[in-house]
Amino acid sequence: MTARNAVRLLSLALLLAAALMASIAFGAAELPLRAVIDALSGGGEETTRTIVVNLRLPRAVLAILVGGALGLAGAVFQALLRNPLAEPYVLGVSGGAAVGAVAAVVLGWNLRAPWSLPLAALSGALFAIILVLRIAARAARGFDTRVLLLAGVVVGAFFHAVILLLLTFATAEAYRSAGFWMMGSFAAADWSAALLLAAYLAPAIAVLLMMARPLNLLAVGEETALYLGTRVERVKLASYLIASLLVAAGVAVSGVIGFVGLIVPHGVRLMWGSDHQLLLPASVLAGGGFLLVADTVARTAAAPAELPVGVVTALVGVPLFIVLLTRRAV
Amino acid sequence: MSDAGNDTPVFEVRELRFRYEGAARPALDEVSLQVAAGDLYAIIGPNGSGKSTLLKLLLGALKPEGGDVFYSGRRVADWSRRALAQRIGVVPQGEEMAFPITVREMVAMGRYPHLGVLGRAGAEDRDAIEEAMQRCDVTELAERPISRLSGGERQRALIARALAQRPATLVLDEPTVSLDIRHEMEIFELLAQVTARDRVTVVLVTHHLNLAARYADRLLLLDRGTPAAEGAPAEVLSCETIERVYQWAVMVGAHPGPGPDAGAPQITPLAGRHENEGGSGQTR
Repeated sequence: MTARNAVRLLSLALLLAAALMASIAFGAAELPLRAVIDALSGGGEETTRTIVVNLRLPRAVLAILVGGALGLAGAVFQALLRNPLAEPYVLGVSGGAAVGAVAAVVLGWNLRAPWSLPLAALSGALFAIILVLRIAARAARGFDTRVLLLAGVVVGAFFHAVILLLLTFATAEAYRSAGFWMMGSFAAADWSAALLLAAYLAPAIAVLLMMARPLNLLAVGEETALYLGTRVERVKLASYLIASLLVAAGVAVSGVIGFVGLIVPHGVRLMWGSDHQLLLPASVLAGGGFLLVADTVARTAAAPAELPVGVVTALVGVPLFIVLLTRRAV
Repeated sequence: MSDAGNDTPVFEVRELRFRYEGAARPALDEVSLQVAAGDLYAIIGPNGSGKSTLLKLLLGALKPEGGDVFYSGRRVADWSRRALAQRIGVVPQGEEMAFPITVREMVAMGRYPHLGVLGRAGAEDRDAIEEAMQRCDVTELAERPISRLSGGERQRALIARALAQRPATLVLDEPTVSLDIRHEMEIFELLAQVTARDRVTVVLVTHHLNLAARYADRLLLLDRGTPAAEGAPAEVLSCETIERVYQWAVMVGAHPGPGPDAGAPQITPLAGRHENEGGSGQTR
């Protein structure tokens, strides 16, 4: 890590901290920054502390975790598939999760046991990961990422058809809540979800960050990666599985939140280049910050109504990305 | 860095046979060779004669169907990829970057085999990178994206990456393809310097018979997957052999000098279709 890159990451981390403070201050009850700091350090009024510590903080933490996971998974998939259009959902993980979630909603499981929805989504995502991997392994010897991409895209398309089929049998209410789930939301956030996700994501993120150099080589080419000492098949399989598991967990807790995993890595690339030793950690921080801001907008812009956060990420993220893209092109 | 004594060949290939999946005939058959330490060894032959396939087998990227490949006296398959990468620098053909990276980032990848997963780049790594960029004359291009380089600059950057590995052996697949005279000569001069000064063993595939004749210590001429001739340039590059393998009439002269190349065989293809002995020449 060069000194310049360390400064870049530090500045991203500071931005993220600032966004966290701002996010907690904004909401139905506007809190002055002073009160937020008091509440976080265990002082201040009781009600303020409840709002900050039990409502807004876990939600903010969850948004950061999911955003970081999506940003990182996007960067990894782009390197693995050697394709700038790759994003966390391109290999069908979100489709599998959505089938699970929609099935849970249509069958009414989620009304009887709230945890059944994330569990069904996670099962669907894991099923998709294994299915895509098996198809790709059967179609080509070794682990051909072009075949993997094709398998993922068609499996995703198939899942979407299944979702539409399920929805034709749904009641109006189930239809509506399934629709909201698919646009993503952190409204149900609490500490148990945030901590569970943190415990799950931390090791996966750590392992992926350690794969920065092999991913640099893979992005250049598999032959080059081999000649520079990489166990190519192992790196491809490990990065596919770990990044997919990140996405599966994120989708399970918050639904399908689009664009984060596509534009965050590209935004970092446009600013700072494609060295994964910087790109991967920067995508975690920028993804977390971006999704936190998007969620803050989602819950405050039309208060008391909440916008689906997946809509906000696209509405805010795409213009931002176009600015970066065109500024760079001049 | 040399792991082998002077007698152990750097590469040794015995009775090598290889067939691509579903192919009717083997891409390589009964190929044997030895590359001595410090030599510049060139593999030549017509398109599709198996040159690049042979390189991939030397480097362990493909598994032989029969026969053996040794590097420094040990089967290539028995080496760990990292240990091989610490010893062999490779300049492959037709590398395509998925995302824009700078020349410096590219050359720095040459140090990865020495760093491991968590190792931090130290002074030795930075020295190796700077030295490699200087020798290949790409220091001024260090911050440029690879995608904006000309063919010659790009090739020099790839060679710099291989030299940054500080390898004992350098393997190149058609390093001068589509380069002009000066850039071609610069690369061959660099390779000659690398073998002479640093005692690096060089194995390269090239279509440039005349430069191979001047710079290589030994040549292997492949013809449809089998060796047509092997040895010093003057032995391999005879008029009959070249005409038979390439199916084209040539004239073989001697390099007029001045310089160390005087007397090296130089091949001039003749104009007009060549009818070979049996009249079985193929039409182009």
